[in-house]
Amino acid sequence: MSPKTLIEVNDLNFSYGTRAILKGIDMSMSRGQVIAIMGGSGSGKTTLLRLISGTLRPTSGHVRFAGEVVHELDRDALFSLRRKMGMLFQFGALFTDLSVFDNVAFQMREHTALPESMIRDLVLMKLHAVGLRGAQHLMPAELSGGMARRVALARSIALDPMLIMYDEPFTGLDPISLTVIGNLIRRLTDVLGMTSIVVTHDVQESLKIVDYVYFIADGVIAAEGTPQQVRDSVAPFVHQFVHGEEDGPVPFHYPAPTYQQDLDLDPKGMPVV
Amino acid sequence: MFKRIVSGIRSIGHRVIESIWRLGLASRFFMLVLLKSGTSFRRFGLVVRELYYSGVLSLIIIVVSGLFVGMVLGLQGYETLQKYGSESAVGTLVALSLVRELGPVVAALLFASRAGSAITAEIGLMKATEQLEAMALMAVDPIARIVAPRFWAGVISMPLLAAIFSVMGIYGGHLVTVIFIGVDEGSYWSQMQSAVDFRFDILNGFIKSCFFGVAVTAIAVFEGYNAPPTAEGVSGATTRTVVTSSLVILGLDFILTAFMFRGVS
Amino acid sequence: MQRTALDFWVGLFVLIGIAATMILSMKVGNLNVYNTSQNYVLTGHFENIGGLKVRAPVKSAGVVVGRVTDIQFSTQTYDAVVTMSLDSRFPFPKDTFASILTAGLLGEQYIGLAAGGDEAMLKDGDKLMKTNSAMVLEELIGRFLFDKASQSD
Repeated sequence: MSPKTLIEVNDLNFSYGTRAILKGIDMSMSRGQVIAIMGGSGSGKTTLLRLISGTLRPTSGHVRFAGEVVHELDRDALFSLRRKMGMLFQFGALFTDLSVFDNVAFQMREHTALPESMIRDLVLMKLHAVGLRGAQHLMPAELSGGMARRVALARSIALDPMLIMYDEPFTGLDPISLTVIGNLIRRLTDVLGMTSIVVTHDVQESLKIVDYVYFIADGVIAAEGTPQQVRDSVAPFVHQFVHGEEDGPVPFHYPAPTYQQDLDLDPKGMPVV
Repeated sequence: MFKRIVSGIRSIGHRVIESIWRLGLASRFFMLVLLKSGTSFRRFGLVVRELYYSGVLSLIIIVVSGLFVGMVLGLQGYETLQKYGSESAVGTLVALSLVRELGPVVAALLFASRAGSAITAEIGLMKATEQLEAMALMAVDPIARIVAPRFWAGVISMPLLAAIFSVMGIYGGHLVTVIFIGVDEGSYWSQMQSAVDFRFDILNGFIKSCFFGVAVTAIAVFEGYNAPPTAEGVSGATTRTVVTSSLVILGLDFILTAFMFRGVS
Repeated sequence: MQRTALDFWVGLFVLIGIAATMILSMKVGNLNVYNTSQNYVLTGHFENIGGLKVRAPVKSAGVVVGRVTDIQFSTQTYDAVVTMSLDSRFPFPKDTFASILTAGLLGEQYIGLAAGGDEAMLKDGDKLMKTNSAMVLEELIGRFLFDKASQSD
């Protein structure tokens, strides 16, 4: 494990009951990188994030974060580990009973004994970084989807974490907000020197900003590489995914009996009456 | 036929096992809330905030219902007692009914539907919108930060609300019988005072409402925290809070009454 | 810490709640009669206590001076032993007369104390020597009929 490596995922398996979600995942992520994890819906991407944050325990294998095996930590150690992580949820998950300012200040007030004047300065700095200093007094219900996600981003960088995980940050955004969020992810990663993991199925937007891509399909890593390698890839799955083709290794049809059988057609194509 | 009986028995068994499982889960959750209550007392501001939602906002419904219940008690009591010529005992009747039974029970039922359902819906929605998970990932325990303050605020509000309900009821009875009907004011209060005992009536009523407060808020936070994270899940949990806590209040009331007033008076 | 409007309302709520509890204890429950000061205990033997119950008031000249704390049946004298707790602000002479009375026709029963003229006062644990039993309706009617019958003879 090189000193630059922040997260190491080793032969990670996870299953809900008998249903295997992840089957032998190996990954390595360095400090300062933006890594995309891509895959179709339901391919276990979000499960992977939960395993990294220690919300779920792996069936076998392990995740190592900054040298510590996540699922072997006790509760206190896990909580202090989580202070080094931030997570951006799909729809922001802002605390609806707190204002924008209080949302960003939440972790500072919970985990530090900073005086209120310093918290105010820090919060305004974080909000300025996402361009929403002027929205500090609004309630989450008054924000648009893109703004809510930017506030959530400001909230997740409140304690300057080493890692931020983004769960589908691009879903349901207009093209402008999309670019704004994408650029923010890149810029904050570079400025704060942290690592970002972006779970997404928005190929075009994420290829613009990431350093490395993992494709997950059926619980295994189907392909990986830099954005350029991915664009040029001739592997059928990657090609289908990147170019958004309807049919390919990921079939259009859910497995079913033949169409003829379901419609009670005889082999010659005439309906059986 | 035989198959249907078997499947019927099986489904009953399944439901019984399901509810035992749920009861166990609820007990474990309750212990967890108690264990993680330290934060609530170290940062009492959190509880004060919730006191506003569970206590202050329930005040109007408690005051109005208390007044009306007391007025009805006064009216009905007067009608009945008048037949025996002892209408001066109406104060006793109003006060004893309120302090012993109606105050704690009706206030708790109103509290369950006003504050209990709100607690369930709020926690359930926070869960559905991933706010609880987000909080856990920020290394803040949602049981300590969200659930426990609401629980303690409910436990503190309930006896106060029950006392307010009883007092409003007694003044409501006073309004109807003394001011409208014309029962002697002195005998209204004095008969009440000689009949109502501090330890047996008022203290026991207070203890009852404490029990109800614990039961209602424990059910409300449990249902909210374990609500399926969907719209139907949250609405179902809210309904279950009101139904379950109403049944628990009435059942608990019987048990507590049997313990407290057995062999006395 | 900032003061907010919310704190004010919560404070008001708690204040009203405590006030309600105080009203219940003082005005309704009459807490000040026998819990605030010291008490002394007296016992009395009654042939018949009628419907007297524990916690019934003990009155003198209509003023509540204490309460019945215990009622037992004595197997030595075959009568009722009533224990009552009196406020020590109200001492009574040794020859005080205790009778079981009824408030109104159907009202509750209480113990009425009529002070005598003795110089010595009753002390804690003393026994009231002069007692008068409860009026039992059947006995009253019986006595009345008996009197009538003896008059007409």
